[in-house]
Amino acid sequence: MIEIRNLSRRFGPVTAVDDVSLTIAKGEMVALVGTSGSGKTTLLRMINRLVEPTSGAVLLNGQDTAGLPAHLLRRRIGYAIQGHGLFPHYSVARNIAAVPELLGWPAAQIRERVDELLTLFGMPPADFRDRRPAALSGGQQQRVGVARALAARPEVLLMDEPFGALDPVTRAQAQADLRRIQRQLGTTTILVTHDMEEALALGDRIAVMDRGRLVQCADPATILTRPATDFVARLTGRSDRPFRLLGLLPVADLVEPGEAEGAPVDPELSAREALAECLWSGRSALPLAGGGRVTLDRLTERARGAE
Amino acid sequence: MIRLLAGAAVLVMLLRPEWMEPLLAPLTRNGAPAIYTQSSLLGLTLLHLALVAAATLASALVAVALAVLVTRRAGAEFRPLARTITQVGQTLPPVAVLALAVPMLGFGTWPTLLALFLYGMLPIFENALTALSGLPPPVAEAARAMGYTPRQRLLKIELPLALPVILAGVRLSAVIALSTAAIGSTVAARTLGEVIIAGLVTNNPAFVVQGGLLVGLIAILLSDALTVLERRVSPYGSSGTRA
Repeated sequence: MIEIRNLSRRFGPVTAVDDVSLTIAKGEMVALVGTSGSGKTTLLRMINRLVEPTSGAVLLNGQDTAGLPAHLLRRRIGYAIQGHGLFPHYSVARNIAAVPELLGWPAAQIRERVDELLTLFGMPPADFRDRRPAALSGGQQQRVGVARALAARPEVLLMDEPFGALDPVTRAQAQADLRRIQRQLGTTTILVTHDMEEALALGDRIAVMDRGRLVQCADPATILTRPATDFVARLTGRSDRPFRLLGLLPVADLVEPGEAEGAPVDPELSAREALAECLWSGRSALPLAGGGRVTLDRLTERARGAE
Repeated sequence: MIRLLAGAAVLVMLLRPEWMEPLLAPLTRNGAPAIYTQSSLLGLTLLHLALVAAATLASALVAVALAVLVTRRAGAEFRPLARTITQVGQTLPPVAVLALAVPMLGFGTWPTLLALFLYGMLPIFENALTALSGLPPPVAEAARAMGYTPRQRLLKIELPLALPVILAGVRLSAVIALSTAAIGSTVAARTLGEVIIAGLVTNNPAFVVQGGLLVGLIAILLSDALTVLERRVSPYGSSGTRA
Protein backbone atom coordinates (compact mmCIF):
# COMPACT_ATOMS: atom_id res chain seq x y z
CA MET A 1 0.00 0.00 0.00
CA ILE A 2 1.17 3.50 -0.81
CA GLU A 3 0.07 6.57 0.98
CA ILE A 4 0.95 9.93 -0.53
CA ARG A 5 0.47 12.71 2.01
CA ASN A 6 0.36 16.40 1.05
CA LEU A 7 3.23 15.94 -1.37
CA SER A 8 4.63 19.04 -3.07
CA ARG A 9 7.62 19.77 -5.24
CA ARG A 10 8.81 23.17 -6.36
CA PHE A 11 11.46 23.80 -8.99
CA GLY A 12 12.49 27.41 -8.35
CA PRO A 13 9.37 29.52 -8.78
CA VAL A 14 7.43 26.68 -10.46
CA THR A 15 5.28 24.35 -8.38
CA ALA A 16 5.35 21.07 -10.31
CA VAL A 17 3.33 19.11 -7.76
CA ASP A 18 1.06 20.97 -5.38
CA ASP A 19 -0.18 19.35 -2.18
CA VAL A 20 -1.21 15.97 -3.58
CA SER A 21 -2.66 13.28 -1.31
CA LEU A 22 -3.57 9.86 -2.61
CA THR A 23 -3.83 6.38 -1.12
CA ILE A 24 -3.37 3.34 -3.31
CA ALA A 25 -4.49 -0.03 -2.03
CA LYS A 26 -2.43 -3.20 -2.32
CA GLY A 27 -2.87 -4.83 -5.72
CA GLU A 28 -4.55 -1.78 -7.22
CA MET A 29 -3.58 -0.25 -10.55
CA VAL A 30 -3.87 3.52 -10.69
CA ALA A 31 -3.45 5.43 -13.94
CA LEU A 32 -2.05 8.93 -13.51
CA VAL A 33 -3.18 11.11 -16.42
CA GLY A 34 -2.77 14.73 -17.37
CA THR A 35 -1.36 16.97 -20.05
CA SER A 36 2.37 17.56 -20.48
CA GLY A 37 3.68 19.56 -17.54
CA SER A 38 0.80 18.59 -15.27
CA GLY A 39 3.24 17.14 -12.73
CA LYS A 40 2.31 13.48 -13.17
CA THR A 41 5.85 12.30 -13.90
CA THR A 42 7.28 14.38 -11.05
CA LEU A 43 4.72 12.83 -8.70
CA LEU A 44 5.70 9.36 -9.87
CA ARG A 45 9.42 10.08 -9.48
CA MET A 46 8.94 11.28 -5.93
CA ILE A 47 7.65 7.82 -4.98
CA ASN A 48 11.06 6.22 -5.64
CA ARG A 49 12.84 9.47 -4.80
CA LEU A 50 14.36 10.11 -8.20
CA VAL A 51 12.98 13.53 -7.27
CA GLU A 52 13.03 14.53 -3.60
CA PRO A 53 9.80 16.14 -2.38
CA THR A 54 9.88 19.75 -1.19
CA SER A 55 7.29 18.89 1.45
CA GLY A 56 4.93 16.07 2.33
CA ALA A 57 5.59 12.36 2.70
CA VAL A 58 5.28 9.03 0.89
CA LEU A 59 4.50 5.98 3.02
CA LEU A 60 5.20 2.53 1.67
CA ASN A 61 3.29 -0.08 3.72
CA GLY A 62 3.12 2.43 6.53
CA GLN A 63 6.86 3.24 6.49
CA ASP A 64 8.01 6.77 5.66
CA THR A 65 10.27 6.42 2.60
CA ALA A 66 12.23 9.58 3.43
CA GLY A 67 13.99 7.68 6.23
CA LEU A 68 15.42 4.96 3.95
CA PRO A 69 18.62 5.15 1.89
CA ALA A 70 17.39 5.96 -1.64
CA HIS A 71 19.13 3.02 -3.35
CA LEU A 72 17.65 0.50 -0.89
CA LEU A 73 14.17 2.00 -1.32
CA ARG A 74 14.47 1.79 -5.11
CA ARG A 75 15.32 -1.92 -5.03
CA ARG A 76 11.86 -2.48 -3.51
CA ILE A 77 10.11 -0.49 -6.25
CA GLY A 78 9.92 -1.62 -9.87
CA TYR A 79 10.38 1.07 -12.49
CA ALA A 80 9.62 0.84 -16.20
CA ILE A 81 9.98 3.77 -18.57
CA GLN A 82 9.39 4.71 -22.17
CA GLY A 83 12.40 3.65 -24.21
CA HIS A 84 12.85 0.85 -21.63
CA GLY A 85 16.45 1.83 -20.67
CA LEU A 86 17.76 -1.72 -21.04
CA PHE A 87 21.51 -2.07 -20.47
CA PRO A 88 22.91 -2.64 -23.98
CA HIS A 89 25.98 -4.54 -22.76
CA TYR A 90 23.96 -7.13 -20.82
CA SER A 91 22.02 -10.07 -22.22
CA VAL A 92 18.26 -10.19 -21.72
CA ALA A 93 18.77 -12.55 -18.76
CA ARG A 94 21.30 -10.26 -17.04
CA ASN A 95 19.07 -7.26 -17.58
CA ILE A 96 16.18 -9.00 -15.87
CA ALA A 97 18.51 -10.27 -13.16
CA ALA A 98 19.82 -6.78 -12.33
CA VAL A 99 17.86 -6.02 -9.16
CA PRO A 100 17.90 -9.60 -7.79
CA GLU A 101 21.69 -9.45 -8.24
CA LEU A 102 21.87 -6.18 -6.34
CA LEU A 103 19.82 -7.82 -3.59
CA GLY A 104 22.22 -10.78 -3.52
CA TRP A 105 19.83 -13.56 -4.49
CA PRO A 106 21.50 -16.96 -5.02
CA ALA A 107 22.37 -17.61 -8.70
CA ALA A 108 20.03 -20.60 -9.07
CA GLN A 109 17.08 -18.62 -7.76
CA ILE A 110 17.87 -15.73 -10.13
CA ARG A 111 18.03 -18.07 -13.12
CA GLU A 112 14.70 -19.61 -12.17
CA ARG A 113 13.09 -16.18 -11.75
CA VAL A 114 14.42 -14.96 -15.14
CA ASP A 115 12.97 -18.00 -16.92
CA GLU A 116 9.70 -17.64 -15.07
CA LEU A 117 9.33 -14.00 -16.15
CA LEU A 118 10.35 -14.63 -19.76
CA THR A 119 7.72 -17.36 -19.92
CA LEU A 120 5.13 -15.08 -18.32
CA PHE A 121 5.79 -12.49 -21.03
CA GLY A 122 5.54 -15.05 -23.80
CA MET A 123 9.25 -15.09 -24.66
CA PRO A 124 10.64 -18.66 -24.64
CA PRO A 125 13.69 -18.48 -22.30
CA ALA A 126 15.82 -20.73 -24.50
CA ASP A 127 15.41 -18.31 -27.41
CA PHE A 128 15.66 -15.03 -25.57
CA ARG A 129 17.84 -15.49 -22.47
CA ASP A 130 21.17 -14.86 -24.18
CA ARG A 131 20.17 -12.21 -26.70
CA ARG A 132 21.32 -8.63 -26.48
CA PRO A 133 18.64 -5.91 -26.29
CA ALA A 134 19.75 -4.68 -29.74
CA ALA A 135 18.62 -8.02 -31.20
CA LEU A 136 15.02 -7.59 -29.98
CA SER A 137 12.03 -5.83 -31.55
CA GLY A 138 10.60 -2.72 -29.87
CA GLY A 139 7.75 -4.71 -28.35
CA GLN A 140 10.14 -7.35 -27.02
CA GLN A 141 12.44 -4.71 -25.52
CA GLN A 142 9.47 -3.15 -23.79
CA ARG A 143 8.43 -6.53 -22.35
CA VAL A 144 11.94 -7.18 -21.09
CA GLY A 145 11.87 -3.70 -19.52
CA VAL A 146 8.70 -4.57 -17.59
CA ALA A 147 10.00 -8.05 -16.72
CA ARG A 148 13.16 -6.42 -15.31
CA ALA A 149 11.05 -4.04 -13.25
CA LEU A 150 9.11 -6.99 -11.79
CA ALA A 151 12.10 -9.28 -11.27
CA ALA A 152 12.67 -8.82 -7.55
CA ARG A 153 8.93 -9.03 -6.74
CA PRO A 154 8.69 -5.32 -5.92
CA GLU A 155 6.06 -4.05 -3.53
CA VAL A 156 5.14 -1.39 -6.08
CA LEU A 157 5.56 -1.04 -9.82
CA LEU A 158 5.95 2.45 -11.28
CA MET A 159 5.53 2.93 -15.01
CA ASP A 160 6.13 6.12 -16.95
CA GLU A 161 4.58 6.03 -20.42
CA PRO A 162 5.85 2.46 -20.80
CA PHE A 163 4.08 1.91 -24.11
CA GLY A 164 4.74 5.34 -25.60
CA ALA A 165 7.23 4.13 -28.17
CA LEU A 166 5.14 1.23 -29.50
CA ASP A 167 2.95 1.09 -32.59
CA PRO A 168 -0.82 0.85 -31.93
CA VAL A 169 -1.13 -2.91 -32.53
CA THR A 170 1.88 -3.80 -30.37
CA ARG A 171 0.70 -1.32 -27.75
CA ALA A 172 -2.78 -2.88 -27.47
CA GLN A 173 -1.14 -6.29 -26.98
CA ALA A 174 1.31 -4.91 -24.41
CA GLN A 175 -1.55 -3.30 -22.47
CA ALA A 176 -3.54 -6.54 -22.44
CA ASP A 177 -0.43 -8.45 -21.26
CA LEU A 178 0.25 -5.92 -18.53
CA ARG A 179 -3.32 -6.13 -17.27
CA ARG A 180 -3.20 -9.93 -17.19
CA ILE A 181 0.20 -10.08 -15.50
CA GLN A 182 -0.61 -7.35 -13.01
CA ARG A 183 -3.81 -9.18 -12.00
CA GLN A 184 -1.93 -12.46 -11.76
CA LEU A 185 0.90 -11.09 -9.60
CA GLY A 186 -1.21 -8.60 -7.65
CA THR A 187 1.50 -5.95 -7.84
CA THR A 188 0.39 -2.47 -6.80
CA THR A 189 0.96 -0.38 -9.90
CA ILE A 190 1.05 3.30 -10.75
CA LEU A 191 1.08 4.09 -14.43
CA VAL A 192 1.71 7.55 -15.87
CA THR A 193 0.16 8.17 -19.27
CA HIS A 194 -1.16 11.06 -21.33
CA ASP A 195 -3.41 8.67 -23.24
CA MET A 196 -6.90 8.58 -21.72
CA GLU A 197 -7.74 5.45 -23.69
CA GLU A 198 -4.81 3.65 -22.06
CA ALA A 199 -5.79 4.93 -18.62
CA LEU A 200 -9.37 3.68 -19.10
CA ALA A 201 -8.20 0.30 -20.34
CA LEU A 202 -5.73 -0.29 -17.50
CA GLY A 203 -6.67 1.70 -14.42
CA ASP A 204 -8.78 0.41 -11.55
CA ARG A 205 -8.84 4.08 -10.71
CA ILE A 206 -7.79 7.10 -12.70
CA ALA A 207 -6.06 10.05 -11.06
CA VAL A 208 -6.26 13.21 -13.14
CA MET A 209 -3.63 15.91 -12.62
CA ASP A 210 -3.89 19.49 -13.81
CA ARG A 211 -1.17 22.10 -13.21
CA GLY A 212 0.33 20.19 -10.31
CA ARG A 213 -2.91 19.46 -8.51
CA LEU A 214 -4.82 16.21 -8.28
CA VAL A 215 -8.26 17.22 -9.53
CA GLN A 216 -10.06 13.88 -9.46
CA CYS A 217 -9.32 10.30 -8.55
CA ALA A 218 -12.10 7.84 -9.27
CA ASP A 219 -13.00 4.66 -11.13
CA PRO A 220 -13.15 4.97 -14.95
CA ALA A 221 -16.96 5.08 -15.19
CA THR A 222 -17.17 7.93 -12.67
CA ILE A 223 -14.44 9.87 -14.48
CA LEU A 224 -16.46 9.57 -17.68
CA THR A 225 -19.95 10.19 -16.31
CA ARG A 226 -19.21 12.65 -13.50
CA PRO A 227 -16.03 14.58 -14.33
CA ALA A 228 -15.11 16.80 -11.39
CA THR A 229 -13.92 19.74 -13.47
CA ASP A 230 -14.17 21.00 -16.99
CA PHE A 231 -10.56 19.97 -17.49
CA VAL A 232 -11.37 16.33 -16.70
CA ALA A 233 -14.32 16.46 -19.09
CA ARG A 234 -12.07 17.81 -21.85
CA LEU A 235 -9.45 15.18 -21.14
CA THR A 236 -11.97 12.36 -21.46
CA GLY A 237 -13.01 13.76 -24.83
CA ARG A 238 -16.65 14.83 -25.15
CA SER A 239 -17.13 13.20 -28.53
CA ASP A 240 -15.58 9.89 -27.44
CA ARG A 241 -17.26 9.70 -24.07
CA PRO A 242 -20.20 7.37 -24.90
CA PHE A 243 -17.91 4.95 -26.69
CA ARG A 244 -15.32 4.96 -23.95
CA LEU A 245 -18.02 4.31 -21.40
CA LEU A 246 -19.24 1.30 -23.37
CA GLY A 247 -15.64 0.20 -23.74
CA LEU A 248 -15.47 -0.38 -19.97
CA LEU A 249 -18.34 -2.87 -20.03
CA PRO A 250 -18.31 -6.51 -21.15
CA VAL A 251 -21.26 -7.13 -23.46
CA ALA A 252 -22.21 -10.13 -21.30
CA ASP A 253 -23.40 -7.64 -18.64
CA LEU A 254 -26.11 -6.37 -20.99
CA VAL A 255 -27.47 -9.72 -22.05
CA GLU A 256 -31.21 -10.29 -22.03
CA PRO A 257 -33.22 -13.38 -22.99
CA GLY A 258 -34.35 -13.59 -26.59
CA GLU A 259 -33.31 -14.30 -30.15
CA ALA A 260 -31.57 -12.19 -32.78
CA GLU A 261 -30.56 -12.47 -36.40
CA GLY A 262 -27.10 -13.09 -37.79
CA ALA A 263 -23.78 -14.43 -36.52
CA PRO A 264 -23.44 -14.61 -32.70
CA VAL A 265 -20.78 -12.45 -31.00
CA ASP A 266 -18.33 -13.41 -28.27
CA PRO A 267 -19.66 -12.40 -24.80
CA GLU A 268 -16.05 -11.43 -23.86
CA LEU A 269 -16.24 -8.45 -26.23
CA SER A 270 -16.82 -4.99 -24.81
CA ALA A 271 -20.18 -3.28 -25.27
CA ARG A 272 -18.31 -0.79 -27.48
CA GLU A 273 -17.33 -3.55 -29.88
CA ALA A 274 -20.92 -4.85 -29.83
CA LEU A 275 -22.22 -1.38 -30.71
CA ALA A 276 -19.76 -1.17 -33.57
CA GLU A 277 -20.95 -4.56 -34.79
CA CYS A 278 -24.62 -3.42 -34.63
CA LEU A 279 -23.85 -0.28 -36.64
CA TRP A 280 -21.62 -2.03 -39.13
CA SER A 281 -24.01 -4.90 -39.87
CA GLY A 282 -27.15 -2.76 -39.60
CA ARG A 283 -28.73 -5.02 -36.95
CA SER A 284 -30.81 -3.79 -34.01
CA ALA A 285 -29.89 -6.79 -31.85
CA LEU A 286 -27.02 -9.29 -31.71
CA PRO A 287 -27.18 -12.91 -30.51
CA LEU A 288 -24.47 -13.81 -27.99
CA ALA A 289 -22.51 -17.02 -28.26
CA GLY A 290 -23.78 -19.13 -25.36
CA GLY A 291 -27.33 -17.76 -25.47
CA GLY A 292 -29.30 -14.53 -25.09
CA ARG A 293 -29.02 -11.30 -27.03
CA VAL A 294 -28.05 -7.68 -26.67
CA THR A 295 -30.12 -4.92 -28.26
CA LEU A 296 -29.02 -1.66 -29.83
CA ASP A 297 -31.50 0.17 -27.58
CA ARG A 298 -29.88 -1.27 -24.47
CA LEU A 299 -26.43 -0.30 -25.77
CA THR A 300 -27.40 3.30 -26.54
CA GLU A 301 -29.10 3.58 -23.18
CA ARG A 302 -25.88 2.57 -21.44
CA ALA A 303 -23.87 4.88 -23.64
CA ARG A 304 -25.75 7.81 -22.07
CA GLY A 305 -24.39 6.76 -18.70
CA ALA A 306 -27.66 5.22 -17.44
CA GLU A 307 -27.28 2.31 -15.03
CA MET B 1 47.35 -8.68 -46.34
CA ILE B 2 49.20 -5.44 -45.55
CA ARG B 3 49.18 -6.56 -41.94
CA LEU B 4 50.84 -9.85 -42.88
CA LEU B 5 53.49 -8.09 -44.95
CA ALA B 6 54.20 -5.60 -42.18
CA GLY B 7 54.43 -8.42 -39.66
CA ALA B 8 56.82 -10.39 -41.86
CA ALA B 9 58.98 -7.34 -42.51
CA VAL B 10 59.26 -6.59 -38.79
CA LEU B 11 60.19 -10.19 -38.01
CA VAL B 12 62.90 -10.22 -40.66
CA MET B 13 64.35 -6.91 -39.49
CA LEU B 14 64.44 -8.07 -35.89
CA LEU B 15 65.54 -11.69 -36.23
CA ARG B 16 67.52 -11.77 -39.47
CA PRO B 17 68.70 -8.16 -39.95
CA GLU B 18 71.45 -9.32 -42.32
CA TRP B 19 68.78 -10.26 -44.91
CA MET B 20 68.07 -6.54 -45.30
CA GLU B 21 71.66 -5.77 -46.28
CA PRO B 22 71.15 -5.90 -50.10
CA LEU B 23 68.25 -3.47 -49.79
CA LEU B 24 69.97 -1.02 -47.48
CA ALA B 25 73.52 -1.17 -48.85
CA PRO B 26 72.81 1.31 -51.73
CA LEU B 27 71.98 3.93 -49.09
CA THR B 28 75.40 3.83 -47.48
CA ARG B 29 78.52 5.62 -48.65
CA ASN B 30 82.21 4.93 -48.34
CA GLY B 31 81.67 1.32 -47.29
CA ALA B 32 79.86 2.21 -44.06
CA PRO B 33 77.92 -0.70 -42.51
CA ALA B 34 74.29 -1.02 -43.77
CA ILE B 35 73.01 -2.86 -40.70
CA TYR B 36 73.01 -1.45 -37.19
CA THR B 37 74.88 -3.89 -34.98
CA GLN B 38 75.96 -1.85 -31.96
CA SER B 39 73.12 -3.40 -30.02
CA SER B 40 70.48 -5.97 -30.83
CA LEU B 41 67.50 -4.52 -32.72
CA LEU B 42 65.24 -7.01 -30.98
CA GLY B 43 66.41 -5.83 -27.57
CA LEU B 44 65.95 -2.18 -28.51
CA THR B 45 62.46 -2.91 -29.85
CA LEU B 46 61.44 -4.62 -26.61
CA LEU B 47 62.78 -1.71 -24.54
CA HIS B 48 60.99 0.72 -26.85
CA LEU B 49 57.71 -1.19 -26.48
CA ALA B 50 58.07 -1.43 -22.71
CA LEU B 51 58.57 2.33 -22.50
CA VAL B 52 55.49 2.96 -24.65
CA ALA B 53 53.42 0.50 -22.65
CA ALA B 54 54.41 2.05 -19.33
CA ALA B 55 53.77 5.60 -20.53
CA THR B 56 50.43 4.75 -22.16
CA LEU B 57 49.27 2.81 -19.12
CA ALA B 58 50.10 5.76 -16.88
CA SER B 59 48.36 8.19 -19.26
CA ALA B 60 45.31 5.94 -19.39
CA LEU B 61 45.05 5.58 -15.61
CA VAL B 62 45.37 9.29 -14.96
CA ALA B 63 43.21 10.39 -17.91
CA VAL B 64 40.37 7.96 -17.13
CA ALA B 65 40.49 8.83 -13.44
CA LEU B 66 40.27 12.53 -14.35
CA ALA B 67 37.38 11.90 -16.76
CA VAL B 68 35.51 9.89 -14.11
CA LEU B 69 36.10 12.62 -11.55
CA VAL B 70 34.82 15.48 -13.71
CA THR B 71 31.74 13.54 -14.83
CA ARG B 72 30.62 13.06 -11.21
CA ARG B 73 28.42 15.75 -9.80
CA ALA B 74 31.00 16.66 -7.15
CA GLY B 75 33.80 17.03 -9.69
CA ALA B 76 31.90 18.83 -12.45
CA GLU B 77 33.50 22.17 -11.65
CA PHE B 78 36.98 20.74 -12.31
CA ARG B 79 36.07 19.90 -15.88
CA PRO B 80 37.62 23.04 -17.47
CA LEU B 81 40.73 22.62 -15.31
CA ALA B 82 41.17 18.97 -16.30
CA ARG B 83 40.74 19.92 -19.95
CA THR B 84 43.40 22.60 -19.63
CA ILE B 85 45.86 20.25 -17.95
CA THR B 86 45.55 17.57 -20.61
CA GLN B 87 45.64 20.13 -23.41
CA VAL B 88 48.80 21.72 -22.07
CA GLY B 89 50.26 18.22 -21.82
CA GLN B 90 49.60 17.77 -25.51
CA THR B 91 50.72 21.25 -26.55
CA LEU B 92 54.13 21.08 -24.88
CA PRO B 93 56.46 19.55 -27.45
CA PRO B 94 57.95 16.33 -26.04
CA VAL B 95 61.40 17.65 -26.95
CA ALA B 96 60.83 20.63 -24.69
CA VAL B 97 59.63 18.36 -21.89
CA LEU B 98 62.80 16.29 -22.29
CA ALA B 99 64.96 19.41 -22.12
CA LEU B 100 63.18 20.62 -19.01
CA ALA B 101 63.04 17.23 -17.31
CA VAL B 102 66.64 16.11 -17.72
CA PRO B 103 68.02 18.51 -15.08
CA MET B 104 65.50 17.11 -12.59
CA LEU B 105 65.27 13.47 -13.56
CA GLY B 106 68.63 12.87 -15.17
CA PHE B 107 69.31 11.25 -18.53
CA GLY B 108 67.63 8.06 -19.73
CA THR B 109 64.25 6.49 -19.33
CA TRP B 110 62.56 8.75 -16.79
CA PRO B 111 62.40 12.05 -18.69
CA THR B 112 61.18 10.15 -21.77
CA LEU B 113 58.50 8.43 -19.76
CA LEU B 114 57.34 11.80 -18.42
CA ALA B 115 57.24 13.36 -21.90
CA LEU B 116 55.25 10.45 -23.34
CA PHE B 117 52.91 10.36 -20.35
CA LEU B 118 52.03 14.06 -20.71
CA TYR B 119 51.76 13.84 -24.47
CA GLY B 120 49.45 10.83 -24.39
CA MET B 121 46.85 11.97 -21.89
CA LEU B 122 44.72 14.19 -24.13
CA PRO B 123 43.26 11.62 -26.58
CA ILE B 124 42.37 9.24 -23.75
CA PHE B 125 40.89 11.97 -21.58
CA GLU B 126 38.79 13.47 -24.37
CA ASN B 127 37.46 10.06 -25.44
CA ALA B 128 36.70 8.99 -21.89
CA LEU B 129 34.95 12.30 -21.25
CA THR B 130 32.82 11.97 -24.38
CA ALA B 131 31.93 8.36 -23.63
CA LEU B 132 31.11 8.91 -19.96
CA SER B 133 28.96 11.97 -20.63
CA GLY B 134 27.26 10.32 -23.61
CA LEU B 135 25.48 7.57 -21.69
CA PRO B 136 21.91 7.29 -23.10
CA PRO B 137 19.64 9.10 -20.61
CA PRO B 138 17.12 6.20 -20.26
CA VAL B 139 20.00 3.85 -19.38
CA ALA B 140 21.36 6.27 -16.78
CA GLU B 141 17.89 6.79 -15.36
CA ALA B 142 17.09 3.06 -15.29
CA ALA B 143 20.30 2.31 -13.38
CA ARG B 144 19.51 4.97 -10.82
CA ALA B 145 15.87 3.93 -10.47
CA MET B 146 16.77 0.27 -10.01
CA GLY B 147 18.82 0.99 -6.93
CA TYR B 148 22.39 0.92 -8.19
CA THR B 149 24.66 2.94 -5.91
CA PRO B 150 26.77 5.60 -7.65
CA ARG B 151 29.78 3.30 -7.43
CA GLN B 152 27.87 0.34 -8.91
CA ARG B 153 26.59 2.57 -11.72
CA LEU B 154 30.13 3.59 -12.57
CA LEU B 155 31.66 0.11 -12.45
CA LYS B 156 28.83 -1.99 -13.88
CA ILE B 157 27.15 0.35 -16.34
CA GLU B 158 29.09 3.49 -17.22
CA LEU B 159 32.65 2.19 -17.58
CA PRO B 160 31.74 -1.02 -19.48
CA LEU B 161 29.65 1.02 -21.92
CA ALA B 162 32.39 3.64 -22.30
CA LEU B 163 35.17 1.08 -22.69
CA PRO B 164 35.30 0.84 -26.51
CA VAL B 165 35.57 4.61 -26.89
CA ILE B 166 38.15 4.83 -24.11
CA LEU B 167 40.16 2.09 -25.82
CA ALA B 168 40.04 4.04 -29.09
CA GLY B 169 41.70 6.88 -27.19
CA VAL B 170 44.28 4.48 -25.74
CA ARG B 171 45.04 3.19 -29.23
CA LEU B 172 45.58 6.70 -30.57
CA SER B 173 47.75 7.58 -27.61
CA ALA B 174 49.80 4.36 -27.87
CA VAL B 175 50.51 4.90 -31.56
CA ILE B 176 51.57 8.50 -30.97
CA ALA B 177 53.77 7.39 -28.05
CA LEU B 178 55.33 4.66 -30.18
CA SER B 179 56.55 7.11 -32.80
CA THR B 180 57.40 9.85 -30.30
CA ALA B 181 59.40 7.54 -28.03
CA ALA B 182 62.24 7.55 -30.57
CA ILE B 183 63.24 11.06 -29.53
CA GLY B 184 63.91 9.68 -26.06
CA SER B 185 67.21 8.47 -27.39
CA THR B 186 68.38 12.09 -27.60
CA VAL B 187 68.57 11.91 -23.82
CA ALA B 188 69.98 8.40 -23.82
CA ALA B 189 66.80 6.39 -23.31
CA ARG B 190 67.15 2.96 -24.90
CA THR B 191 64.70 3.02 -27.82
CA LEU B 192 64.75 2.42 -31.56
CA GLY B 193 65.55 6.13 -31.82
CA GLU B 194 69.12 5.09 -31.04
CA VAL B 195 69.38 3.57 -34.53
CA ILE B 196 68.01 6.70 -36.18
CA ILE B 197 70.29 8.98 -34.19
CA ALA B 198 73.28 6.80 -34.97
CA GLY B 199 72.36 7.20 -38.65
CA LEU B 200 72.08 10.96 -38.36
CA VAL B 201 75.32 11.33 -36.44
CA THR B 202 77.36 9.14 -38.80
CA ASN B 203 75.58 10.46 -41.88
CA ASN B 204 74.35 6.95 -42.71
CA PRO B 205 70.80 6.96 -44.22
CA ALA B 206 70.65 3.14 -44.01
CA PHE B 207 70.41 3.32 -40.20
CA VAL B 208 67.80 6.07 -40.35
CA VAL B 209 65.66 4.03 -42.73
CA GLN B 210 66.06 0.91 -40.62
CA GLY B 211 64.98 2.59 -37.40
CA GLY B 212 62.21 4.62 -39.01
CA LEU B 213 60.78 1.66 -40.88
CA LEU B 214 60.71 -0.50 -37.77
CA VAL B 215 58.93 2.15 -35.71
CA GLY B 216 56.40 2.79 -38.48
CA LEU B 217 55.60 -0.87 -39.10
CA ILE B 218 55.24 -1.66 -35.42
CA ALA B 219 52.88 1.33 -35.08
CA ILE B 220 50.63 -0.12 -37.80
CA LEU B 221 50.59 -3.55 -36.15
CA LEU B 222 49.91 -2.08 -32.71
CA SER B 223 47.04 0.00 -34.00
CA ASP B 224 45.53 -3.06 -35.69
CA ALA B 225 45.83 -5.22 -32.59
CA LEU B 226 44.15 -2.57 -30.43
CA THR B 227 41.35 -2.13 -32.99
CA VAL B 228 40.59 -5.83 -32.70
CA LEU B 229 40.47 -5.49 -28.92
CA GLU B 230 38.09 -2.53 -29.21
CA ARG B 231 35.64 -4.53 -31.30
CA ARG B 232 35.72 -7.39 -28.85
CA VAL B 233 34.65 -5.23 -25.92
CA SER B 234 31.92 -3.39 -27.84
CA PRO B 235 28.71 -3.62 -25.79
CA TYR B 236 26.70 -4.20 -28.93
CA GLY B 237 28.81 -7.26 -29.82
CA SER B 238 30.26 -7.84 -33.27
CA SER B 239 27.19 -9.82 -34.33
CA GLY B 240 24.64 -8.06 -32.17
CA THR B 241 23.42 -11.28 -30.58
CA ARG B 242 26.41 -12.49 -28.64
CA ALA B 243 25.98 -12.61 -24.91
